[in-house]
Amino acid sequence: MKIYADNAATTKMSRRAIDAMIPYMEKVYGNPSSLYTIGQEAAEALESARQTMAEHLHCMPREILFTSGGSEADNQAILSAARLGEKKGKKHIISTAFEHHAVLHTLNRLEKEGFEVTLLDVHENGLVTPQQVKEAIRPDTCLVTVMYANNEIGTIQPIGEIGSVCREAGVLFHTDAVQAAGHLPIDVQAQNIDMLSLSAHKFHGPKGVGALYAKQGIRLTNLIEGGAQERGRRGGTENVPGIVGMAAAFAESCANMEETAKKLTALRDQLIEGLSKIPHSILNGDRTKRLPGNVNFCFEGIEGESLLLLLDDAGISASSGSACTSGSLDPSHVLLAIGRIHDIAHGSLRLSLSEENTEEEIAYIIQTTGEVVDYLRKMSPVWRDLQEGKRSYVIQ
Amino acid sequence: MLYSEKVMDHFKNPRNVGVIENADGIGEVGNAKCGDIMRIYLKIDNEIISDVKFETFGCGSAIASSSMATEMIKGKPLKDALELTNKAVAEALDGLPAHKMHCSVLAEEAIKNAILDYYKKNGIPYDHSQFPDCDSCQHCN
Ligand SMILES: Cc1ncc(COP(=O)(O)O)c(C=O)c1O
Repeated sequence: MKIYADNAATTKMSRRAIDAMIPYMEKVYGNPSSLYTIGQEAAEALESARQTMAEHLHCMPREILFTSGGSEADNQAILSAARLGEKKGKKHIISTAFEHHAVLHTLNRLEKEGFEVTLLDVHENGLVTPQQVKEAIRPDTCLVTVMYANNEIGTIQPIGEIGSVCREAGVLFHTDAVQAAGHLPIDVQAQNIDMLSLSAHKFHGPKGVGALYAKQGIRLTNLIEGGAQERGRRGGTENVPGIVGMAAAFAESCANMEETAKKLTALRDQLIEGLSKIPHSILNGDRTKRLPGNVNFCFEGIEGESLLLLLDDAGISASSGSACTSGSLDPSHVLLAIGRIHDIAHGSLRLSLSEENTEEEIAYIIQTTGEVVDYLRKMSPVWRDLQEGKRSYVIQ
Repeated sequence: MLYSEKVMDHFKNPRNVGVIENADGIGEVGNAKCGDIMRIYLKIDNEIISDVKFETFGCGSAIASSSMATEMIKGKPLKDALELTNKAVAEALDGLPAHKMHCSVLAEEAIKNAILDYYKKNGIPYDHSQFPDCDSCQHCN
């Protein structure tokens, strides 16, 4: 059996998105800035894609800027707000401890420039509250940036409420909605969102393309200088096929959102229930306020990379927040932010589902994970010590 | 692929996993905070490693390094085992990715600690310079 359960990392492209892109590679390959027919046709496709994105986000097409993905959109949103803020002498930014590195590393860079950053603590259930945001806002705060849904533990933040708090205080509000877009309803007006990042490859679109929504009137700072593309806010010939594919995938995901969410929630709950039966395991993130397809567990006494390799051997693609898989010496900052200690954060497993997964696959994942965890525990000196009472369990 | 076929083979079919009851020497390195712990058990007869077992909590290369290292010292005189280097373990595995080399260091040090344990338990004099001191590993710092 081959099971892809790493949809938070990236997704398989939808047939409709692929089909939408092909004509823009084979036939309408003109440069949208050219005035002959195939150039202008490409320009029209671009504007039509912008229209589609805007409709589903409830904004105006001119408020959509196409980027190379979520990371670029995050960088540009944050840097723009910082530049606007510093002009008014406002150099304080509020965010959370469990943002994606595209946000955290951009904030680090601003800190080196003299900005002050407040990272809100995340509650053990993986949520921050509007109250926390409210209390952190100062007269010199120029930006609040809080992710819509977390990429590791899938927890969904109260974005609308946080938006209201920011609007009331007159502070710009950005949300990294890379994991939410196409999966959860978004209405930038109703939710008082000033800037929002999304990325096509997380909702069955192509990789290397995304969008930044910025409310009219927010002057964006360029990351890429060049031609007059994107109204001068991003130089470079537009990725026309990619953008067309993103719009097609977004429209499709939004149209099927409710139905997909219902199906995924059932699969997710089946998976959570099954994995909870593994002794000394714990779910990371709130039980219900999480993305419909996200499951994240810690298993005591084992390490995540070896777990992933054995799952891969059994045909299951998943991910982990262990240090060995993060490429650093520390395990996932997200798991540490919700209070998981290093010892067990190394033994984490994220399974992120899509509408292609089936109940049989979930049953197979539950069974296989149980077997692999058991196998690894049998060769783990930590597990032996736990069993012999020489070490105490972190997860009861 | 991240790992060589040899690493994957030793990871998926690890040799010498387990414990030796009443082992003559036990060595352990690493800690759970860092995400890897290796424990080596030795049975020693006439200064020869007649049996060796390991238990490892760690990533694929940690398990593969333990497996390979134990294979390399099994049946060998203690003095040969003391000469086993992490480089030799990594080479026998057809190489490890650069950021995984510390796994082979753990294997070398776990074996040395097990031998040290044997010397200490039996009051056998030994050359201190042959053994790692615990502060030498920078992995966690
Ligand atoms: C929450 C979040 N933000 C940003 C990104 C970066 O997106 P991209 O890969 O499109 O640059 C990701 C994807 O990994 C993500 O999950």
